[in-house]
Amino acid sequence: MDIFIQQLVNGITLGAVYAVVALGYTMVYGIIQLINFAHGELVMIGAMVAFTLIGLLTSLGVPGLPAVVLATLCAMLVCALLGYAMERMAYRPLRGAPRLAPLISAIGVSIILQHLALLVWSRNPLAFPQVVKTESYALGGAAVTNIQIGILAISIFMMGGLAWLVYRTRLGTAMRATSQNPQMAALLGVDANRVIAVTFIIGAALAAVAGVMVGSYYGIAQYTMGSALGLKAFCAAVLGGIGNIPGAMLGGILLGVVEALGAGYIGDLTDNVFGSNYQDVFAFLVLIVVLVFRPSGLLGERIGDRA
Amino acid sequence: MKANVQSKGNALLPAWRNRPLGVALVVLALLALPFVLAGAGTAWVRITNLAILFVLLSLGLNIVVGFAGLLDLGYIAFYAVGAYVYALLASPHFGIHWPFWAILPIGALVAALFGVLLGAPTLKLRGDYLAIVTLGFGEIVRIFLNNLGSPVNITNGPRGINRIDPVTIGDLNFARTDSFFGLAFSGPVKYYYLLLAMLVVVIFINLRLQNSRIGRAWEAVREDEIAARAMGIDTTRIKLLAFAMGASFGGVAGGMFSAMQGFISPESFVLVESVMVLAMVVLGGMGNIWGVILGALLLSFLPPILRFTVQPLQEYFFGRMLVEPEVIRMLIFGFALVLVMGFRPGGLWPAAVRKRSFSGSGGGAHD
Repeated sequence: MDIFIQQLVNGITLGAVYAVVALGYTMVYGIIQLINFAHGELVMIGAMVAFTLIGLLTSLGVPGLPAVVLATLCAMLVCALLGYAMERMAYRPLRGAPRLAPLISAIGVSIILQHLALLVWSRNPLAFPQVVKTESYALGGAAVTNIQIGILAISIFMMGGLAWLVYRTRLGTAMRATSQNPQMAALLGVDANRVIAVTFIIGAALAAVAGVMVGSYYGIAQYTMGSALGLKAFCAAVLGGIGNIPGAMLGGILLGVVEALGAGYIGDLTDNVFGSNYQDVFAFLVLIVVLVFRPSGLLGERIGDRA
Repeated sequence: MKANVQSKGNALLPAWRNRPLGVALVVLALLALPFVLAGAGTAWVRITNLAILFVLLSLGLNIVVGFAGLLDLGYIAFYAVGAYVYALLASPHFGIHWPFWAILPIGALVAALFGVLLGAPTLKLRGDYLAIVTLGFGEIVRIFLNNLGSPVNITNGPRGINRIDPVTIGDLNFARTDSFFGLAFSGPVKYYYLLLAMLVVVIFINLRLQNSRIGRAWEAVREDEIAARAMGIDTTRIKLLAFAMGASFGGVAGGMFSAMQGFISPESFVLVESVMVLAMVVLGGMGNIWGVILGALLLSFLPPILRFTVQPLQEYFFGRMLVEPEVIRMLIFGFALVLVMGFRPGGLWPAAVRKRSFSGSGGGAHD
């Protein structure tokens, strides 16, 4: 039972991070039906920038928590700029092109970002500077760290903020209108290009925060960390129903829990024929099962052409 | 319409027949190539062999992506399947030593089976979903190869499989040097001729396929699936066929890779390789066989050329190596994908039909 609760806690924490990354995928997909392959790399760059800055700031004598906050804000800014740049240079020229074109372009952007990061930060992983002391609390037989609580709190805060932005503001209304019918929205005075750019910027800023969270959770950041995380987050977005914002949140948490419980129990269930080294398979299995049986996802509306 | 397609299809062969001298020169150059390269070092013959393998792979992926328009990001999985089938049936790992001509068809068949396995549940999906599922499939295959070393040792895990048999035909062993007509034929040179022969066969199959009933059905499905179905094409079957055919080419190439290298491990079948083969197809020109060959040759000769130029140049100018050639190669790949999509979406050598569908601002088949 203790193991169950422990895995549940770990799963929910990791799932919250997936959810934040998945929001970026789902928002972009909802508006321009593009799987932004490079989104995972933004998470990685967010983590790398923040880690570097935290190290720099603490060496200058800035105390722990303010350093983390300041570095995260800078990482958000860098990622937002990158997100805007990639939209302008790689995706906007391809609007109206056949569907595969922007997707292939996105793969290219992902390779470019990954290897630029390799040039800047080298192959060696960056260790998370120990600026906040890890403390552990007991919860029904499981251990919960303050970092996990922080990740959960920040994720919920950001998801709430995004929900407010999308459902309660003028910009959000424009976003939803563009995603439903770009031509009609344009006729009614919505500047579609601006809305799309803003969507990329918001998604990228969220990715930066997710990068800091996942980096502090695992304690390291490396130039390769983005692609696997991005893929899982995409699976989460599909699980919840791509293009659907509450769906991405639900899908992220669910995927995190499935992954943690699966990795925790697969050994017992299969007499150790399969071990926890198959953890990464679960996300893809979930993805394939969802796409076969319910392509619109858990919360997605049924749209014939969408899948 | 039909007559038009027919005349376009047969245009290639008569053009060759009209220029016997040109064809003879190309054939002679290809036959003499390994000896010229061997003058520069056997390494270059090996590099050329690997390049031909990548041409085979790209032609296989071209069937799926270029002909049928299904974006497959896990194509390297079929290469892996072919390579492992060969390695398991011709190495001391299980003590089985079958001849290569028996294994290659098995490898192609098993790979095709995996292709159907992947295709069947995903055929309902539209392009971009398919891309992600295939990517996931590629990763799953690699994870299994990596972990099936225990409890029953099938793939030997991350350590890979060693001492794989080289190709032997009768008494001719491709790992040794023989001499014919007073010329020394080293192992790589012999593999070059074998691969060249396979390449000719594969190109011929591809040319015939493209203009066959099946090839035109693929094209129809790519341009407009609903219209294709309305015209009586069994779209499910035709898409599965594309997956299976593409996969079988990958399987054959994988088997040859195993035999040539003598050692394989899951390391060789990572996602980046899938992306690289895709880059070759896209850069060369999706759907155009000659364009794809060009793209594959360009991108497979890029890394060795970079290795021989970038390193000395940097050492000369900066005194040390600042940027690894590998990183430059990947950056070139990335920029090539973005720039080709932005400025030349049909690739360097676009297919005739692609040219039509990609031109114009609206794009697609509906304008």
